[in-house]
Amino acid sequence: MYKVYHRIERIAGSVITVKADGVANQELAQVTSAQGTSLARVIRIDGDMVDLQVFAGARGIATDSQVRFLGKPMEIPFSDALLGRVFTGAGVPRDNGPAIEENPVAIGGPSVNPAKRIIPKTMVRTGIPMIDVFNTLVVSQKLPIFSVAGEPYNQLLARIALQAEVDVIVLGGMGLKHDDYLYLKDYLDQNGALSRTVMFVHTASDPIVESLLVPDASLAVAEQFATRGKNVLVLLTDMTNFADAMKEISITMEQIPSNRGYPGDLYSQLASRYEKAVDFEGSGSITILAVTTMPGDDVTHPVPDNTGYITEGQFYLKHGRIEPFGSLSRLKQQVNGKTRSDHRTIMNTMIQLYASYKETLEKQSMGFRMSNWDNKLLKYGERFEKEMMDLSVNIPLEKALDLGWEILADCFTPEETGIPSKMINQYWPKKG
Amino acid sequence: MASIGKIVGVNGNLIRVAFDGAVAQNEVGFAKLSSGVELKSEVIRIRGDYAELQVFEDTTGLKAGDEVHFTGELLSVELGPGLLTQVFDGLQNPLPNLAEECGFFLQRGKYLPALPRDRKWSFTPAAKVGDTVTGGDTLGTVPEGIFKHRIMVPFRVRGQVTVESIVPAGEHVVEDVVAVLKDAEGKKIEVKMYQTWPVKVPIKNYQERLRPTKPLTMQQRIIDTFFPVAQGGTFCTPGPFGAGKTVLQQLMSRYADVDVVILAACGERAGEVVETLREFPELNDPRTGKSLMDRTLIICNTSSMPVAAREASVYTGVTIAEYYRQMGLNVLLLADSTSRWAQALREMSGRLEEIPGEEAFPAYLESTIASFYERGGVVKLRDGSTGSVTICGSVSPAGGNFEEPVTQATLKVVGAFLGLSRERSDQRRFPAIHPLESWSKYEGIIETSKVEDARHILAAGNDVNQMMKVVGEEGTSIEDFITYLKSEYLDSVYLQQDAYHEIDAACSADRQKYVFDRVYKILKTPMEFADKDSARGFFLKLTQATKDWNRVAFDSNEFKSLEEQIFNSVAEVTKNV
Repeated sequence: MYKVYHRIERIAGSVITVKADGVANQELAQVTSAQGTSLARVIRIDGDMVDLQVFAGARGIATDSQVRFLGKPMEIPFSDALLGRVFTGAGVPRDNGPAIEENPVAIGGPSVNPAKRIIPKTMVRTGIPMIDVFNTLVVSQKLPIFSVAGEPYNQLLARIALQAEVDVIVLGGMGLKHDDYLYLKDYLDQNGALSRTVMFVHTASDPIVESLLVPDASLAVAEQFATRGKNVLVLLTDMTNFADAMKEISITMEQIPSNRGYPGDLYSQLASRYEKAVDFEGSGSITILAVTTMPGDDVTHPVPDNTGYITEGQFYLKHGRIEPFGSLSRLKQQVNGKTRSDHRTIMNTMIQLYASYKETLEKQSMGFRMSNWDNKLLKYGERFEKEMMDLSVNIPLEKALDLGWEILADCFTPEETGIPSKMINQYWPKKG
Repeated sequence: MASIGKIVGVNGNLIRVAFDGAVAQNEVGFAKLSSGVELKSEVIRIRGDYAELQVFEDTTGLKAGDEVHFTGELLSVELGPGLLTQVFDGLQNPLPNLAEECGFFLQRGKYLPALPRDRKWSFTPAAKVGDTVTGGDTLGTVPEGIFKHRIMVPFRVRGQVTVESIVPAGEHVVEDVVAVLKDAEGKKIEVKMYQTWPVKVPIKNYQERLRPTKPLTMQQRIIDTFFPVAQGGTFCTPGPFGAGKTVLQQLMSRYADVDVVILAACGERAGEVVETLREFPELNDPRTGKSLMDRTLIICNTSSMPVAAREASVYTGVTIAEYYRQMGLNVLLLADSTSRWAQALREMSGRLEEIPGEEAFPAYLESTIASFYERGGVVKLRDGSTGSVTICGSVSPAGGNFEEPVTQATLKVVGAFLGLSRERSDQRRFPAIHPLESWSKYEGIIETSKVEDARHILAAGNDVNQMMKVVGEEGTSIEDFITYLKSEYLDSVYLQQDAYHEIDAACSADRQKYVFDRVYKILKTPMEFADKDSARGFFLKLTQATKDWNRVAFDSNEFKSLEEQIFNSVAEVTKNV
């Protein structure tokens, strides 16, 4: 029923051009060559010349390879059977399980009507004090983890995935090292979370186009779960690879680059993915945590910079810890007034004192004499870093707040902390 | 006259269409999908027999050979009663109504009328049969919220026309013909309660443009005192992410001394619009006691919505602003953020394969930005009243670096620059407007010489602070140190304001005059201290006391007693001078 084309006019990068009629923009096609069969999608139509992006890459495609248009845009199957499974960005199983074909949904669907959004109001508990206490993650938030290569960002993602109280986890991996992919999979499996996880994985050695599909596939599935009342956590790692894949494709397409080779629509492309984070009124929600590695630890690099303008805050992961300065959850004010009455007090006081500790460290390194107050700060800073900031710490919010009071009481007198006396009376640990 | 074309190329949201007949630049066309859904598009370039159109929707599924119907009309908005309190997308589709029809997601190709068609308005005629009128003259009024909404002769009517008939006072819907006019050639013009106007053409039905001189107070001390904005002026607020642009715009939308506020959320987060959307109806406008939403209109084209409509959204905003200006009202348009709009231009320019300018922005970026800001201004209308459109554009420069094309192009054409700095926001100094880098060409509520003087103190304090970083406190003279403390004092008690405090969030013009006068007096008072520690201690206490003073109601007894307390403590340290 579908027309088959045998003549490929042009091959550049992963883009091929065929002469064809009546082809729709974004339509899917099957390309068969000696290398096997791959899906491809239409990305440009110019008269009867149709440009297609081949998911498996154009390597080995011959001028007489076969192109068959499928008459539908890219879709991803959706059913509960997805849970526990691993797919490529194109939706092909990579875990030797059976292919799923039921209930296909289009990827990259329309945006949510802003009039249907609600003000976020529910906290996501992660058991990580640097998040729960200081920069609370909120349901429907979109938050990147800014990091650099070598930092344990995937470990952090895995832990949050495991501990967050959500119904479904969708993990999208782009340009993942194969080891990292196996680590994430095994970690979730060992801890019994794989059964509520769907994974879309593109490893570094896979064709680059599939990397582009991963966020869309992940978010399309997440949207389906969310509109069915589930609270979904989407983890994406690493969005810089996604942006680099876009860069690669747009340059092969001879598009004019805007900044450091990235396409001019980088902001819109990133935004249309991040903006899928939503709390549906009377239904489920999507929360997005995305790793963005900063090349050269440079936050003004186009990818982290554009991301920062889109997302609702950011976590800086540096030296294996979530940095208290620079990290920000823009939505924390919506929830941290309702957790426990001392939450904001502990949050502000401990950060201020930690900032003073940093100043003292600077003074110490310059060889100044340490006063009594400086020594108190040094003791405090060490405890804070070890018992609160360290990523291995795993305690619920209430325990973390109690621990905060205990550390404060161990290092300072109540007046030195500047906490209002009402709070001191209620929470300051009694010596006994 | 409307032509029909056929699609020959699709590239992202740009389609190339072969047509016969006539097609106009910026004309609207509808591209028809095989499913029957029609996608709104706008002609942006014509070459020979081909027109290139930007499609305001996702182009998935469009084929070569699909039909495009040209409408013969430019991209326009509906202007009439019922605009205020609404939430539109960039093409003026009412979002709540769309949500009612389509649910959670925006549906492609779904367009609804902007003005409610079934709502009745109580019309009172102002013109009578036989009157000679012209485009923009008032024919009658209807009450809309707190305003008398003028029903005007359509702006496109040029020259003198005569009122041939006009309906008596009574209830009408917007589609009703309320008057019939006759032009010089005897052609009849039917006037409904609404008209349409192309968004990219400024409305010019006024007598003359005036120079903006009257200050527009925002109740933010650093703006009103140091970097004032005038009614009908233009200003921009560039800043890196996280510096508080959006919080500042929200404060302005609440406290600005204007009649109508139009928020154009252009390519920004949906979450922020939702906050305004859900909170404004609950908040009271301090000027009228009515809900803030009554004077507000939101145009919301968030970052995930199609990029071409993003470009249209700022024009939709400014056109509606001009419309209310024609009623003698003062309108504030807040566009957040113009960088996203510029990026939309860049995307289209890239698809058109135009030769790029700096950072791949199109060469016409500057003139496009300039002509947008030039649509602000104060005008004298033909009936003698004045109206104004004040434009505030926030700019999101890449990497927080103001040397980029959009910020620079904007700075050339605005009257005030409120630069937000990462440094100040990291120090939690809000609003994070940089007091040394920002500027304003408008006159404020406070004597210019005094403000200049205060800025000198800030600059001197900053110099001392820089020096102290090198030579340490020990190497700084006590006089310099006091200058530094004074500048810090001015910064903390006057420039900074607590946006979340019920009283400190807004500081009226009268209060600013009063407080500035007192603070200025303290700054000019010579002081003497035994050593730096006692100086620091004194200023810490003084700062605390003055901040408390900011937090109590103006003219309350507490206000007076705190003021006394402040001046008593100042007297203590000036005794010996």
